[in-house]
Amino acid sequence: MTTEISAEQRARKRALDVLASAPSKALAERWDAFGDKPDHQRLRGPETGLVMVRGRAGGGGAPFNLGEATVSRASVRIVTGEVGHGYCLGRDLDKAEAIAVIDALRQRDATRIDAEIIAPLEVLGAERDELRADEAAATRVDFFTMVRGDN
Amino acid sequence: MYVAVKGGEAAIANAHRLLADRRRGDRSVPALRLDQIVEQLGLAVDRAMGEGSLYDRELAALALLQARGDLIEAIFLVRAYRTTLPRFGYSEPIDTGAMKIERRISATFKDLPGGQMLGPTFDYTHRLLDPSIVGEDAEVPAVRDAEDEQAPRVTDLLGRQGLIEPDGDVGEDHEVGDLTREPLDFPLDRDLRLQALARGDEGFLLALGYSTQRGYGRTHPFVGEIRIGEVEVEFDIPELGFAVSLGRVRVTECQMVNQFKGSAKIPPQFTRGYGLVFGQAERKAMAMSLVDRALRAKEFGEDITAPAQDEEFVISHSDNVQATGFVEHLKLPHYVDFQAELDLIRRMRAEFEGKQEAAE
Repeated sequence: MTTEISAEQRARKRALDVLASAPSKALAERWDAFGDKPDHQRLRGPETGLVMVRGRAGGGGAPFNLGEATVSRASVRIVTGEVGHGYCLGRDLDKAEAIAVIDALRQRDATRIDAEIIAPLEVLGAERDELRADEAAATRVDFFTMVRGDN
Repeated sequence: MYVAVKGGEAAIANAHRLLADRRRGDRSVPALRLDQIVEQLGLAVDRAMGEGSLYDRELAALALLQARGDLIEAIFLVRAYRTTLPRFGYSEPIDTGAMKIERRISATFKDLPGGQMLGPTFDYTHRLLDPSIVGEDAEVPAVRDAEDEQAPRVTDLLGRQGLIEPDGDVGEDHEVGDLTREPLDFPLDRDLRLQALARGDEGFLLALGYSTQRGYGRTHPFVGEIRIGEVEVEFDIPELGFAVSLGRVRVTECQMVNQFKGSAKIPPQFTRGYGLVFGQAERKAMAMSLVDRALRAKEFGEDITAPAQDEEFVISHSDNVQATGFVEHLKLPHYVDFQAELDLIRRMRAEFEGKQEAAE
């Protein structure tokens, strides 16, 4: 997709990105703790399938097919009529369905969803990334040159 | 030729029961859990996943357990499983430049923007067996505040000075080849070769890469960069009209920088080989990049003299599931075939003996 997306779509994308990246357990805990979950109807799935992951030759060149990944997805309609979609790597159908319901609910009350679910999961993800980055940084090589004596 | 052979049902059922027993082993030893395999045999899991060509660490762990640790059998199981699932589509190409880097090294430049990080490597270990790791908890890793610094690909750094060939684009209308959908038709475009190499057998590619170093299709390689880490997988969601992240996958990328090529029109430039593999699989990514470069011989007008440069030879034999299928089918009953061979040799013997008698 190279087309520009609106600010609203960007916010929805950000929420979906965070949800997909969240560990199943952390997402389930947040979602369990969330009060008044709406009833929902399944429109599609939840189901597991494959997405062919692409890379690029040389890192930035022509695309090629690297290999597949398992992906779960779900589409739901909540009682108030909003339709939500959930996609995530792996075979966790509950996670895909929860993402779809959260995505639908977020169209009604983005502020609450962002505050109670998205933001905390984002913080969790950022903390994990920071720890990983700091662990990698500890293995960074500080090169120094031995000065050879003038003898 | 095959014939239906009856009478093996009970033997087969009991053989599989025996297999299950031997797989489980001594019942007084605790049974392995998948999370133990995922966490503690991670590189075996990554290899089953990479050559199985299906990113799902838990499935790869199950395959390893079921295969009693036989990697090619596990890869076979993963490949078989993927055929049971529907294909939702193709991802956007991953951006390895935006990787969350766990390891990054270069053999060509000491000082790189973003630095060199050894990460969780076997390099510089003494390769001495260490019984003290058995049943022991490891120390927590050291940390150091990561600098907020971009880590551009080394090849991009050289590229800015025009000293290296670019990544290589194809026309917008080029349809990306997919060997899981269409049978291979030689000669191949590089995209199909890269797909085949990415799922190819590590041992086979390693041997071929090694052969180029020993002079069978020499390419004068340097490791421009190896990086390992997580990248986002973006997928265009038709219902939404934009792409979202499906989550992250860990990949290993190797940029091999090889000796020059130029022409009347193009000044001499370094050439390149590329390796990209699921999981942490550095040896495989390196071997892949060596073989990718060797297979580009024709593109650079090089003489094709060595096995590693022969596309049809390399790609036709790089898939270990295909290879094991054809080699192992030799075990299956060939009674009628062999009967025909027996008849033939008896006839030849009779002729031979007839001639000998006539000569006496």
